[in-house]
Amino acid sequence: MGNRKLLHTRTIACGLLAAGLLNLFAGCGSRAQQASLSGSAAVSIVNVSYDATREFYEEYNALFQTYWAKKTGQNVEVTQSHGGSGKQARSVLAGNEADVVTLALESDVDELQKAGLTADGWIHQLPSDSAPYTSTIVFLVRKGNPKNIKDWNDVVKSGRQVITPNPKSSGGAKWNFLAAWAYADRLYGGEESKDLAFMKALYRNVSVLDSGSRGAAATFVENGQGDVLLTWENEAFLAMREHPGAFEVVTPSVSILAQPSVAVVHTYAKKHGTEKVAKAYLQYLYSDEAQRLEAQNGYRPTNKKILQEFRRNFDLKVQLVTIADAFGGWSKADQKFFADGAVFDQIYEK
Amino acid sequence: MPAFKKAAQNRVIPGFGLSMGITVSMLSLVVLIPLFSIVVYLSGCSFSAFWQAVTDAKTVAAYRVSLTCSAAAAAVNAVMGTLLAWAFTRYRFPFCRLLNGMIELPFALPTSVAGISLTAMYSEKGWVGSWLSQFGIKISYTTAGITMAMIFIGMPFVVRSIQPVLEKLNPQYEEAALTMGASRTRIFFKILLPELLPAILTGFGLAFSRGLGEYGSVVFIAGNIPYQTQTVPLLIMNQLEQFNDAGATSIALVMILFAFLLLLGMNFIQARVSRIARG
Repeated sequence: MGNRKLLHTRTIACGLLAAGLLNLFAGCGSRAQQASLSGSAAVSIVNVSYDATREFYEEYNALFQTYWAKKTGQNVEVTQSHGGSGKQARSVLAGNEADVVTLALESDVDELQKAGLTADGWIHQLPSDSAPYTSTIVFLVRKGNPKNIKDWNDVVKSGRQVITPNPKSSGGAKWNFLAAWAYADRLYGGEESKDLAFMKALYRNVSVLDSGSRGAAATFVENGQGDVLLTWENEAFLAMREHPGAFEVVTPSVSILAQPSVAVVHTYAKKHGTEKVAKAYLQYLYSDEAQRLEAQNGYRPTNKKILQEFRRNFDLKVQLVTIADAFGGWSKADQKFFADGAVFDQIYEK
Repeated sequence: MPAFKKAAQNRVIPGFGLSMGITVSMLSLVVLIPLFSIVVYLSGCSFSAFWQAVTDAKTVAAYRVSLTCSAAAAAVNAVMGTLLAWAFTRYRFPFCRLLNGMIELPFALPTSVAGISLTAMYSEKGWVGSWLSQFGIKISYTTAGITMAMIFIGMPFVVRSIQPVLEKLNPQYEEAALTMGASRTRIFFKILLPELLPAILTGFGLAFSRGLGEYGSVVFIAGNIPYQTQTVPLLIMNQLEQFNDAGATSIALVMILFAFLLLLGMNFIQARVSRIARG
């Protein structure tokens, strides 16, 4: 038994080593060459994404592979890359040759557009502003909700400990910030000095400001910090699934409609000869099967009918403000809230 | 130039040109050109923008956090590292070699792994942190946590600087002092410390500058709250993620100057100390 186990580990280790070496050699030739070498007209694309989508794209890639093989007879290999959204965009800017990006923020894709990597007007190339699934910001609290947190005004009460990442380094954290601001803005009827005081009270309760959303989740879930985690809805569901019975999800009365953006990185896709499959990869995200998979992974599908199928999973009563309507788009929001010396910095100024 | 050439020709051992070439080209490729590129990058940004980036209140607070924490960590390491080196060179105890080998683990371990494990251990849920929290001591997510991470990654520098010196130090002097009736403390301050001081200072300087630049292990254990527990490397990362490369390089330049002055100062003090020690 012990021997077999050892043998097994060895086989796996050798396999990994061989795969690593193969990759090394494969990396030397262009991907088009690779395709012709392997005979069965295989093609490989790289999807550069952000932290929270890891589990979803693992499942989606399998779904897409079957679909694409059936449709064209071509095997498609998808390589995933995950990390903080801004960091991921930077890596593509610096020459990480992604065929598609599926990032947390429109403004991250805009940076790629400025560098000429994605097409002008990329946001109109796919339905629903190139956001096949949406999400929102919810609260993850400990089982039984001991601090009785129901809405944003409970989060800012003194004595509550809040965990959220830093909007300066995390796309998710920007959504958190704007969701809270949108609530305050409705509460105070647009009086900005009161909104600012609300946000100051909120961030006074923040004891750890992690650099990314996964880090913040670990701080809350694994290290037991804080009473409430402000997080993506899908991340909250993931934490519930991984730790059954330990947490509860609370959906506030007002939150923000988070539209993670997807786009083909034209420059690199053209270079790799993968434009067609890259485009199909993103388009298929809107298919019924993919939309169901998104819902199962805690994302709100843009297809209304399928969203209704999953209405038990999502609190559909929440009022969702959009970045365009409430804040006049990302570039304005970034300027006003997250630039150096802007609102977020003012919150922490002494 | 002729004087320089003459000096080169006067060497007994051949190969001066070769060694000079190796030194300059390697140093250029690996250190000088990358550092110089920061300056070149900055030449495109106006002085007022540079000045604003490096003197921003939040940045200044981050310098303070980084400097005080790494100074504290280096000081703790200087004392504890000396004791460790002493124990390893003068005594033989079970697992001595094994433990001695483990000193370098912080070098080999990915720093983020170190950060995550330290955070888990010292948080209120971890087994050290839960015990400490009974006394109201909080380590993770405070400056104490940052210092702790910096102690972890700086320890090998001090131990490995001191060990060889201690090994070469002849115990005869101590024994002689002892037979002449000197007390243990007197022996330590009059005989051992002067010999060890240059090495301790080297270790201190290395641990200090490593702490200043440390990102991976610190970012997890620090609470990252502006003005309180935000370190300079994190601030640089934040600037980069906001696509503000000029801001990031400005702050980076200041940190390079800090580290350079620090190491230069250490070298200077060390040279003086060893001159005094030699008499």
